Amino acid sequence: MISRIDKDHSRFREIVRGKIRQNLRKYISRGDMMSRKGQDTVTIPMPQIEIPRFTLGGNKKEGVGQGQGEPGDPVGGEPQPGQGAGQAGQGEGDKNLEVEVTLDELAAILGEELGLPRIEPRGTQSLDTKKDRYVSMRRTGPESLRSFKATFKRALRRQVASGTFAKDAPIIVPIRDDRRYRSWRTDPRPQSNAVIIYMMDVSGSMGDEQKEIVRIESFWIDTWLRSQYKGLESRYIIHDASARVVERDVFFRTRESGGTMISSAYRVCADLIEKEFPSQNWNIYAFHFSDGDNWSVDDTATCINLLRDTLLPTCNQFGYGQVESPYGSGQFIKDLRAAFPSQPKLVTSEVTGKDDIMDSIREFLKGGR
Amino acid sequence: MAVIPQYLRELQVEIQGYADGYGLQYFPQIFELIDYRQMCEIASYGGFPVRYPHWRFGMEYDHMIKSHTYGLSKIYELVINTDPCYAYLLEGNSQVDQKLVMAHVYGHNDFFRNNQYFSRTDRRMIDLMANNAARVRRYMDRHGVNTVESFIDTCLSLDNLIDPWLSFRDTPNQAPASSNLPEALDNDRVRLQNERTYLEDYINPPAFVESQRQRQRDKRESDKRKNPAQPERDVLGFLMQHSPLESWEADVLGILREEAYYFLPQMQTKIMNEGWASYWHSRIMTEKALRDDEVIDYADVVSGVFAAAPGQLNPYKLGVELYRDIERRWNEGKFGSEWDRCDNLAQRAGWDKKLGLGKAKIFEVRKLYNDVTFIDEFFTMDFCREQKYFNFAENRRSGRLEIETREFEQIKQRLLGSLTNFGQPFIYVVDSNYMNRGELLLGHRHEGSDLKLDYARDTLRHVERVWRRPASLLTQIDDKPKRIRFDGSEIGISDETEAFRV
Repeated sequence: MISRIDKDHSRFREIVRGKIRQNLRKYISRGDMMSRKGQDTVTIPMPQIEIPRFTLGGNKKEGVGQGQGEPGDPVGGEPQPGQGAGQAGQGEGDKNLEVEVTLDELAAILGEELGLPRIEPRGTQSLDTKKDRYVSMRRTGPESLRSFKATFKRALRRQVASGTFAKDAPIIVPIRDDRRYRSWRTDPRPQSNAVIIYMMDVSGSMGDEQKEIVRIESFWIDTWLRSQYKGLESRYIIHDASARVVERDVFFRTRESGGTMISSAYRVCADLIEKEFPSQNWNIYAFHFSDGDNWSVDDTATCINLLRDTLLPTCNQFGYGQVESPYGSGQFIKDLRAAFPSQPKLVTSEVTGKDDIMDSIREFLKGGR
Repeated sequence: MAVIPQYLRELQVEIQGYADGYGLQYFPQIFELIDYRQMCEIASYGGFPVRYPHWRFGMEYDHMIKSHTYGLSKIYELVINTDPCYAYLLEGNSQVDQKLVMAHVYGHNDFFRNNQYFSRTDRRMIDLMANNAARVRRYMDRHGVNTVESFIDTCLSLDNLIDPWLSFRDTPNQAPASSNLPEALDNDRVRLQNERTYLEDYINPPAFVESQRQRQRDKRESDKRKNPAQPERDVLGFLMQHSPLESWEADVLGILREEAYYFLPQMQTKIMNEGWASYWHSRIMTEKALRDDEVIDYADVVSGVFAAAPGQLNPYKLGVELYRDIERRWNEGKFGSEWDRCDNLAQRAGWDKKLGLGKAKIFEVRKLYNDVTFIDEFFTMDFCREQKYFNFAENRRSGRLEIETREFEQIKQRLLGSLTNFGQPFIYVVDSNYMNRGELLLGHRHEGSDLKLDYARDTLRHVERVWRRPASLLTQIDDKPKRIRFDGSEIGISDETEAFRV
């Protein structure tokens, strides 16, 4: 029987989900969610779920306490902003409600809200690995797998049962029937077969705000794709005039200056795919974020060639997000659109500010490939 | 929930024997042993195993189970005010903990039974709540979970608008007796105060008196049409009777009101109740029940219970120390006018009349007082100094909480202020036909502290939901009289000429 509290608890979860859905745009654009990310859960502050009442208090924090100290001394030692609204006799301070949501749940909410289709992976079967695990016993087998303990036990049991066991001289002699051999079972293990490759332009024209947008957007893309694949891999490439593969932290923190050669990133990406992620087995998602200010027309032509010949054929999807910056010309997205007017694998999206992130994510993920 | 195992039953017999010895009068006591999940479940239902379904219980549960899992808090015991009195023990607690809890529970039980503020509560509340739950479930089946649940939200938002004295009030709120008095008696009231008779004609010229009289008559006429005749504290009751509710809505509102009134005495006597239970667990344990090898564990638990967390008032500590102080004072005769008048410190320090009235006094106190009267009468300057109480407030510059003062008067004022009306604002129904437009007018009696404005706005929406006509609230914001009004689509705040008073 489902207990009463479980019903009420799931109602509460439902309401929380509803609230998150309602405010998804706000949560997405604020981006403070990622800083609260744990292993597989996200903590979301949720003040508005409380039931309002006529209550006293304005905003004054005061009360009656007990203990040592002179007027002017801090209460409780440490400075504690936003803490300890202890109304005398009420015992209950401000309960700032925080709810925990698993990333899967969050992805589901995102999917529902944006109307994202589920992704049909390719090549799942071929990448299942098999692993043998020794979990049981059997009566025949090679001597090298003979289990001494199990064999001894069988022999002991047989001797006790047949009355040949002497307490004074406990000698156990196993016979052929007593022998037990360790045996294995083969477990199929699904292996991760999707990879996201993030590329970001870190040239001088990409400011902190632009990077923040990239950060938020990649968090959500990551969350969604992770809910679709088990054990998703991710790789990060940054580029200015030259490109390199970096760690996740570096990806979001680095700020370099210099020119922009987008082709350098595409080339590194193509290499990476060729070496590590053969496209017949891997679902490859590549996202490139830039302010769209490429160095030269020639380089843009190189990019288009790389896309046409290597990247687009291998990737499930190639996303290009152009973040508006005060310095960039924003020419690149126009060039791409002109070069691939009807290529479904290439998705382009322009982000002018944080409020556009949600639309941009929808743009990227609505294809469901 | 099973019956408790043999060793606990023996323990109960032992503790009950001690309780009898001390003269505690309790309802029959039933203990049940449950695991921490059940404990959290029952605790989130306010101590009752069966309540109507509502998401906020789930929220409480979520909160409690998490803080239990992360070791932030632990619910030792749960006891409810019913006859017989049910209390829950946590499975896996050590024997000394269970002993302590049992002794504590007998204290609560005695308090529930004897304190006069609990005298009007329904002692068969378990059945009542279960019946209420069944009715709410039926409404949910018929009208949909969301509809009913959101209406419960609405009612909950208003459930502190109740009159603590309602159960002691015999007649329904009537118009004041003065309005029935013959007009002649009012004669003096319309005249301005005047001690020099020769000035009478100047200060109270006949035309003035007549106009005053006319005003009074008009007011009386308009009062007759007014509903309620006098500002009404029991807002929930008023809404239940006079709002255009569907029958199931009225019933749900009634259920919520009933439960709010049931829980009210517990909010009014938090310090006294916890203090009383702590006083008795401490006496029973230290004088009788405690074995030598349990002393350290006992001291460890108790120090946690009585610890004064910074920036918070510990009701257990305040309560128990007050009872002890009262007992001491009445034993030594430190009361009455002689004691109050004495200002010789040496004399006061050595004061002992060996009256031995302490025990009788604390039993009397637990019968007749509530938190407000308890603090008002027994929180003395000596006590305040001995216990090192202080006021704290946030320092706006540094953002931290700082000790503000150790002035006795101010501390007591703040304590009383926070306890008055169980810490809730005084809200009245002022007029149910405001401006002759059928609007509801509520009034907030301002006692020095403003309402939380954002909450007030949202609550007003709920009032409007019940009343189904625009609703307004008279209050003060930053010392200026204001009226907040919700007309069904938007909130407006306007200035008022006069502050609301009763």
